Amino acid sequence: MSATMIATAENKAGFERDGARLLVQGRLTIDSFEHLDRQAAQEQAAQAEVIDIAGLTQMDTAGAWFIVHLQSFMAQSSGDSITGASDAQAQLIDTIRHNMPPDETDVVRPNPVGAFLENLGRRVLLGGRNALELISFLGQVMATMVRVIWRPRELRLTSVVHHCQQVGVQAVPIVALMAFLIGVVLAFQGSAQLRQFGAEVFVVDLIAISILRELGILLTAIIVAGRSGSAFTAAIGSMKMREEIDAMRTLGLDPIAILIVPRVLALIIMLPALGLIANVSGLIGGAMMSWIELGVSPAVFQSRLVSNTDVWHFNVGMIKAPFFALIIGIIGCYQGMKVGGDAESLGRLTSTSVVMAIFMVIVVDAMFSIFFAVVGV
Amino acid sequence: MTDEPIIRVRGLVTSFGRNVVHDGLDLDVKRGEIIGVVGGSGTGKSVLLRAIVGLLKPDAGQIEVFGESVRDTSADDYRALRRRWGVMFQDGALFSSLNVRQNVEAPMREQLKLDDDLRALLAGIKVRMVGLPDKAQDNYPSELSGGMRKRAGFARAIALDPEIVFLDEPTAGLDPIGAAAFDTLIKQLQRSLGLTVFLVTHDLDSLHAICDRVAVLADKKVLSVGTMQDMLDVDHPWVQEYFHGPRARAATPDANPKEKI
Repeated sequence: MSATMIATAENKAGFERDGARLLVQGRLTIDSFEHLDRQAAQEQAAQAEVIDIAGLTQMDTAGAWFIVHLQSFMAQSSGDSITGASDAQAQLIDTIRHNMPPDETDVVRPNPVGAFLENLGRRVLLGGRNALELISFLGQVMATMVRVIWRPRELRLTSVVHHCQQVGVQAVPIVALMAFLIGVVLAFQGSAQLRQFGAEVFVVDLIAISILRELGILLTAIIVAGRSGSAFTAAIGSMKMREEIDAMRTLGLDPIAILIVPRVLALIIMLPALGLIANVSGLIGGAMMSWIELGVSPAVFQSRLVSNTDVWHFNVGMIKAPFFALIIGIIGCYQGMKVGGDAESLGRLTSTSVVMAIFMVIVVDAMFSIFFAVVGV
Repeated sequence: MTDEPIIRVRGLVTSFGRNVVHDGLDLDVKRGEIIGVVGGSGTGKSVLLRAIVGLLKPDAGQIEVFGESVRDTSADDYRALRRRWGVMFQDGALFSSLNVRQNVEAPMREQLKLDDDLRALLAGIKVRMVGLPDKAQDNYPSELSGGMRKRAGFARAIALDPEIVFLDEPTAGLDPIGAAAFDTLIKQLQRSLGLTVFLVTHDLDSLHAICDRVAVLADKKVLSVGTMQDMLDVDHPWVQEYFHGPRARAATPDANPKEKI
């Protein structure tokens, strides 16, 4: 069985019956199975009493399995019904015989309706349990945060500043650009509709109210969730994977105080700031487009903005910001803490974290809409 | 023909930046033997393994496996060559998104056209051959212990019945009983499958129990190659320390007759 023989040997195995002897010839290896008529070989074997493998030039595990498999088809299969095996071949066949998989027992096919219901039940239960865990995690983080604020010496100020830089300052360009473009689009689309009624100047109100009240902060939160929520999950998750979190606990360090509070705190500080930047940038975009498209000069835009837009529109947007920040931070860190031992869970939970954070931000935004409508601002 | 080395390394030079790992390293591995490669940390044992299987491009030198150069070969030839060896990495390096059986099936799926049942059956045989229980087949790597991951990694390495298997520290991190069982497994499969085994290890027990020859890496070269007995006579401070140290004495078969296989 040398290298050269492999290259020259014919890539096939032959089965020939000579009376009660089944002669196996050629090369019975895993890549010869492609051209192998297993059915025919089994039928041949059923009529044979002895399998002679002296003619085999090469046999591997798969080949040895097939010989053992053929033997089971023979009328009377005894231990010595395989002949012509070299020592190595005999040993291989013996090894395979000891490692044959158990006979296929009839697999009970589950009832599809039952399986669906079972699956549904499991998922509901899992969802409920996760929600409970998330709330308990929120409680832990809030308690730690209050403790840290009570005793500021425990606050990791450097860490907070670092995360402010990461989630806040570095996000300014993308947030500003996004809001600017939203302002441009609103002005452009709004002017096309309002022009039909000769009410072009109301485009200022349209832009101001929609950006200040909803879009500015909502879209900022979505970008931050995609940018920083995923980063939180990935960073904490990989620390969890490498047992760094466990190491912290054994050293008497509280991972919530060290890793999570600074991140959440940084988000709570920076998201309103980013929201403010988004508002300003969106208004500038809207004003610019109004000027180009409708001839509303920046001075007119400004005076109309100041006289017609209640400051509460701005307040409503800003009040929502810290809540969105809390949602993004808590979900990002919670998913990170759930990462297990394998790399796949890290990727899965990172994407879950982003989707869940964005979804929850929108849900909470809808709840705020109802709340403010009831309150009347 | 049997005297022809199955792996031949000549004048290998590898470096990372300014750090030269190998400088003119020569090594021959004979067909059908178990060769143990030892050396201190950072002497480039794993780097040598990676260079031989072509994962790492050396700066200079010849590496021939089955008489064919690993470096200067076409993509198709390299693919054919690669099929004839299997590699087990330190922690098994199983694909974490696949269960154990799918991991063992992965090379078969890529290289061969087999129907699903046959592939699953052959993979099942391999999983049993490395001594994993049947129910482990459906487990994912994260659900397995370190020793089981190594066994599963070994099963994947031998999935296509290679002629050479490269094992990177197969017994590291295992308890002594598990390590001895893994040694037995390597020896047993090497005998029944006719394997050549390239074993990177720190484990003196493994060297005693299963290795036909030992190659010592030191001073950026293969310092000496020979049987364990030969190693005791090598006049080099590191080799003396290694093979005559307290752990070495504990591992010698005379001191511990039960270790023999």
